[in-house]
Amino acid sequence: MAVMPSRHKSLVLLAGVILLQVLLLAVQIKRDSQGRLIRSWTVGAVSPFERAGSYGFGWFRDMWRNYFALRGTRKDNQDLRRENDALKLRVAQLEGKAAEADRLAALLHFRQSQADVPMVAARVIGGSAGTGSQTIELDRGEHDGIRKNMGVITPDGVVGKIIDAYPNTSQVLLLTDKDSGVGAKLADSGIQSPVEGLGEPLLTMKYFPNDDDVSVGARVVTSGMDRIFPRDLPVGTITQVKPDNPFKQIRIKPAANLEKLEEVLVLLTLHPLKGSDSPAPAALGKPATAAASNPPPVANP
Amino acid sequence: MNSAFDLRIGESHIEVHKFRSGAILISALLALIIQAWLPLHFTRVALLDLPLLVTIYFGLSRRNPSTGLILGALIGLSQDSLSGPTVPLGLFGIAKTVIGYLASSIGARLDTEHPAARFALTAGFFIIHQGIVALTRRILLAQPEPWFNLHLFGAALLNGLAAIFLFVPLDRLRRPS
Repeated sequence: MAVMPSRHKSLVLLAGVILLQVLLLAVQIKRDSQGRLIRSWTVGAVSPFERAGSYGFGWFRDMWRNYFALRGTRKDNQDLRRENDALKLRVAQLEGKAAEADRLAALLHFRQSQADVPMVAARVIGGSAGTGSQTIELDRGEHDGIRKNMGVITPDGVVGKIIDAYPNTSQVLLLTDKDSGVGAKLADSGIQSPVEGLGEPLLTMKYFPNDDDVSVGARVVTSGMDRIFPRDLPVGTITQVKPDNPFKQIRIKPAANLEKLEEVLVLLTLHPLKGSDSPAPAALGKPATAAASNPPPVANP
Repeated sequence: MNSAFDLRIGESHIEVHKFRSGAILISALLALIIQAWLPLHFTRVALLDLPLLVTIYFGLSRRNPSTGLILGALIGLSQDSLSGPTVPLGLFGIAKTVIGYLASSIGARLDTEHPAARFALTAGFFIIHQGIVALTRRILLAQPEPWFNLHLFGAALLNGLAAIFLFVPLDRLRRPS
């Protein structure tokens, strides 16, 4: 019997193995089978290793992500903090600009609603140097028509009066200063009584008779009797009423936010403002007539 | 047989290597597992055909066409089994059977230890492997399959490159001669 050479043996083996696999393919196509048993064995044999590999890889990946990959995190954190601080600053600046735009819009609206009343808008550029007085400095002065004793207001209400006018700047005595005062009346009843500063955030209404009724929440407006402010400008709201002898003790919260003034209007006239459709003095129409028809006693400080 | 032995053809000196027990089985199994699992996390790894690389390596090293083709058939069939129902059993089996045979036959005639030779042989075997897969799909299964394209050319180069690095640790599995 002739012995088959080794090379031929392997060729025969190759042909046989390929033929077997071709048959396997043919069987799968013919029976539409996918060799489920062989697949099941193979998958069953390999899947534990795959599971272990997946677990090991997951562990390694977690280690990497949670420890080693965090090496640059400190620097990233610092960078992000710096960026965050810069953004906070930017946001604050933008918020300030937005608030300023709102204020200027209100000021403009008020100015437009009082188009026939001469007034000049001014920016607050300084505050009181000492604690004893409550003054502010404006960036407008005599060159803009500002003179001593002119009234200063915001759309919210009375601010104070000009106590000194320089060529390009002027100084305002705030309503809260203890030397400051304004002729005022109750908006609803028209009862007149001067309002004075106390050197503190609240104002006081002096010489208010005990016999007259007044309640917390009542609005106080200018009476026009001081010849500085036109009548019916908002002065404030009553926050406290105490009976005393001979006059009641009344505390008033200023209508204008005197602690955060940035832009104001300086009235260049003493003519009454229109109160019907302007934003701030909206409630001024009715009391004005009441005050005019039934003038209450006035006591100037 | 614990030591390597030499095949002398003409002036050339071809060494036949033996491996530590279980080395071939574990290497093949690892290649199959990694091939089935790694592309889940790194999609570009799918370009690598690790079972093919293992088939080529052991074919080139053992230089026995019979064992080479049997190993290729087993690895290929296992790869078919793990590839899901869209890959019929025998598709990669036939291709790797042929590659196992060719690698063993060529390994018996050439020195395949040099990295450049490993690169060229692996890239060539990858192309042949792809050709057999395409042939099987087109003729036996009547399924569309590109013969070759730029993507496969890139994959051939990548596998050739991977062979240079993968074969080095596999060399350590050899029994000392």
